[in-house]
Amino acid sequence: MGFERVGGEDRGEITLYALSTCVWCHKTKKLLQDLGAEFRYVYVDLLEGADRDKTLEEVKRHNPNITFPTTVIDGEKSIIGFKEREMKEALGL
Amino acid sequence: MTDSEPSQEEVENLHEQLDREAEEMGYHLNPDLDFTRSLIRGLLVNERRYGYHSCPCRLASGDRDDDLDIICPCDYRDQDLNEYGACYCALYVSEEVLAGERDLLAVPERRPSPEVRARATKALSAPSGEAFSTLPYPVWRCKVCGYLCAKDEPPGVCPICKANMERFERFT
Ligand code: SF4
Repeated sequence: MGFERVGGEDRGEITLYALSTCVWCHKTKKLLQDLGAEFRYVYVDLLEGADRDKTLEEVKRHNPNITFPTTVIDGEKSIIGFKEREMKEALGL
Repeated sequence: MTDSEPSQEEVENLHEQLDREAEEMGYHLNPDLDFTRSLIRGLLVNERRYGYHSCPCRLASGDRDDDLDIICPCDYRDQDLNEYGACYCALYVSEEVLAGERDLLAVPERRPSPEVRARATKALSAPSGEAFSTLPYPVWRCKVCGYLCAKDEPPGVCPICKANMERFERFT
C-alpha cells in the first residue's frame, strides 16, 4: 500500500510516514539510511482514497495531531519530527 | 494527480521572488540554499497539485478553505519565528538565526489538530446572536501579519504582507 522498503540492518520494525514535499521528512529518511537501519516509508501526500484514509488512521494512532515526519518503531515508540538524537537512542545507537 | 516536476529555472525564479519580497517586508529566507530550494520545489509541486502554495511540510486536504491557514506564508509563521527563530518548515528564519546567533531547533506544530479546527469552524458558522460591535465600521484583521483596518470590506491584498483578501477575518 504505497510502502517502499529500504534495506539495512535489523533495528526493529521501522515505519516512516512522510510527505514527498517536506524537507524534514527527507532529512529523516536520509538519517535512517545513514544509520544503516532497514525501514519502510510511505509518502502520504501521494496516496488517494481508501489507502490514504487507512494510512492516516495509522499515523493518528501514534501521533494524534497527524504531522510529518512520524517514525514508528516496533509499533509502539513514535518519533515526531526530525530528531536525530532521539532516533539514535530509539535504535540503540 | 499529474505532477510534472518543477524545473530548476522555476525554482530559482520563485526563490528570487520570495527572497525579494521577504527582505522588503523585514523577513528572511533560510540561507541554506539546498534546503530552501527543496522547500520551494515543494511549494511549486503543491501549486500544481492543489492550485495554491500549500505548506510543503504539512498535509494539505486539497480543499482551499480548509487549507487557507497553511497557504504559505501560513498563519503561524510570525509566532514560530518569535518563539523558535524559524517557521515550521524553516523556510523563513529570524534575524538571530540568520546571523548565526541562534541555533535552528525542530519547530513543533502550532496548527490546531483536525478535530479542534473542525470545532472552531462550526463555532464560527453558528449564529452568535449578538451584533459584532457598535463601531461605525467593521474592523478586519490579516491573519498572516496582524494588520488591522476599519472599512466595509478588507483590502484585496494586505498592504503589509501582501496576503490575499481571503486571509482576513472580522475582528470587531
Ligand atoms: S511560512 Fe513556513 S511553515 Fe508556514 S507555510 Fe510557509 S514554509 Fe510552511
